[in-house]
Amino acid sequence: MAAIEASELVDRGVLRFLTAGSVDDGKSTLIGRLLYDTKAILADQLAAIERTSQRRGQTLDLSLLTDGLVAEREQGITIDVAYRYFATAVRKFIIADAPGHTQYTRNMVTAASTAQLAILLVDARHGVVTQTRRHAVLAHLVGIPHLVVAVNKMDLVDYRPDAFASIVDEFLDFAARSGISDVRFVPISALEGDMVVERGGNLPWYEGPTLLQILETADVSNALVDAPFRFPVQYVARPNGINRRGYMGRIESGSIAVGDEVCLLPTGLCTRVSAIRTFHGDHASAGLHSAITLELGDEIDVSRGDMLVSAAKPPAISRMLEASLCWLDAAPLDTNRKYVLRHTTREVRARVDRIDHLWNVASQQCEPAPPTLRMNDIGRVALSLAQPVFADRYADNQVTGSFIVIDEVTNNTVAAGLIE
Amino acid sequence: MTVAALLEGQSLPGKSPALTLVDYDHLGWLESEAIHILREVAGQCRNPALLFSGGKDSLVLLRLAEKAFRPGGFPFPLLHIDTGHNFPEVIAFRDHRAAQLGERLIVRSVEDSIASGRVELRHPAESRNRHQSVTLLDAIAEFGFDACIGGARRDEEKARAKERIFSFRDAFGQWDPKSQRPELWNLYNARVGPGEHVRVFPISNWTELDVWQYIARERLEVPSIYLAHIRAVVRRGAALVPVTELTPPRDGERVEKLSVRFRTVGDITCTAPVASRATNIEAIIAETAAATITERGATRLDDQTAEASMELRKKEGYF
Repeated sequence: MAAIEASELVDRGVLRFLTAGSVDDGKSTLIGRLLYDTKAILADQLAAIERTSQRRGQTLDLSLLTDGLVAEREQGITIDVAYRYFATAVRKFIIADAPGHTQYTRNMVTAASTAQLAILLVDARHGVVTQTRRHAVLAHLVGIPHLVVAVNKMDLVDYRPDAFASIVDEFLDFAARSGISDVRFVPISALEGDMVVERGGNLPWYEGPTLLQILETADVSNALVDAPFRFPVQYVARPNGINRRGYMGRIESGSIAVGDEVCLLPTGLCTRVSAIRTFHGDHASAGLHSAITLELGDEIDVSRGDMLVSAAKPPAISRMLEASLCWLDAAPLDTNRKYVLRHTTREVRARVDRIDHLWNVASQQCEPAPPTLRMNDIGRVALSLAQPVFADRYADNQVTGSFIVIDEVTNNTVAAGLIE
Repeated sequence: MTVAALLEGQSLPGKSPALTLVDYDHLGWLESEAIHILREVAGQCRNPALLFSGGKDSLVLLRLAEKAFRPGGFPFPLLHIDTGHNFPEVIAFRDHRAAQLGERLIVRSVEDSIASGRVELRHPAESRNRHQSVTLLDAIAEFGFDACIGGARRDEEKARAKERIFSFRDAFGQWDPKSQRPELWNLYNARVGPGEHVRVFPISNWTELDVWQYIARERLEVPSIYLAHIRAVVRRGAALVPVTELTPPRDGERVEKLSVRFRTVGDITCTAPVASRATNIEAIIAETAAATITERGATRLDDQTAEASMELRKKEGYF
């Protein structure tokens, strides 16, 4: 952990970001460099990788810091998303380290679902490759607001500005065609440590921020602060003599104040908020992500899976969904079966009625509808539900616009859906 | 950040009637996520339990549970797997805190598992850390728990870095790192079949420093052995080993009285203190921020035996 000494520092909260790249582009080395140069690597961890590096006849290999499980070390591969942590004086960072080669769609979508920023690594020698474009469009599909293209291995192209500039041009051209707008570029050498945490002495022509400066200053303000109020009920507290029946949950978008009119879905009954309670006492109002207990003016029957919403701007009450469905399971989609669909705190039975088309991530083209979806496929589908859900478009609200699909037999999470 | 600054951000009763955006600081963000997770357990699981050892991470869990469910009672009992080799200060604190909260505490002991032959020790002084898994799985079967909430954190250990927040265990209590359920957004899947359960880790995304900062912000009481005190220890390799009945000095070892504190409080036979003069939480935060050795590296003798110790234990049903 970096030494945090200054007492008057601003706490800029948490930034969750993912790192993606193709094989051998130095992703593990970059993460190792970030952790090492921000002093998140401690002496005993360093001693362990020094021992391993020596055993393998290498100098200090920072990529070993992100090695995980025995199976992975034996096979020299990464099998799953790993989470890493570091903090600087102003912000806490959570890295989702998504392996690039196998099952990249499954891993990327998983890592991207909670990330606010994606670092795409590009090898300065090879430029923008298919894998880069795939990762970029997946990050865009899942709605990550910030994209950072880190052009790595600048040391292997003699730190030439033209090598960097041509990759920037190439990527911007691709981004414009894909509708990707917020992109930043930084030339780095993860191996030598240039422009990651320290500026280093090898890139004097680059005047922009280091990668860490980009991470420290990225805007994490959430558009859901001003979105219509959505409060999925997680749990109902029984009345206890002092308090009335309370509805526990977290404000997933918008805000609420005592006296505000809210609608209960699915019934559509409207009432007013009579109290906002927390462990620390009662509040007159509460904002995004507040974990609160709401009490209502009228005694109406509310249970888990119901949603309290803005009376003025309610979501759609819907038994049919059009969605992009990313299939995550080894067993392919069976359109004859019913699955469980979990949307916020609500579980309903669902069936895929129709696959409209398959989305080819590599070519970014729609392809004719296949008979089923297999692992790592993304298809545009129509679902019918046994009971309604209260849905917004994913583009408007990631919480009320997303769902997972669960196989009732294995209980596995088999798909992730983004509502259109 | 100083404790004073942390306390400033805290919403005190009657003082700040408007709860604005809670993720304005990192502790608010972490707290909101953890409360959401605890309420998902209550909403999705039929019969959960919260693993409470008296250690700092589980103390944080209890405060989060208060924030999630008060003024009501917790929708789960507290469960402690007692190795019989715990520090007496921690056991006393465990009972004190459970009584203070008025929540039900279930204790199952490795001692009983040994007596009934479920656990066989190779020698009487062997670390009981690994054997806790047997007692834990027996307790889960005895009460039919379908979820166990634990205070494990992903920053502790590399096997944990890849574990889900809702982590599935099969009917043998095993964790299979290669076939974990995908976990997206904040949509958690706690569904299990008969005999299976999930482990749930609400503070997965916290670091050791976050835990201490939160303890300071919430003014939580901690067992005394977390604070610097004078203790008889011997130096064994890089570790300071506490001198106790279970861990007597070996021939030729010199017993020293040093100012030490514990960073983790596990089984006495495999938990070592670090040299410290931190007698209050603020001093611990300063030491943690400047630490050069990881929490488990400094203090857990069992993790140093093989690089994959934790992964192996977890596959067998460990926390």
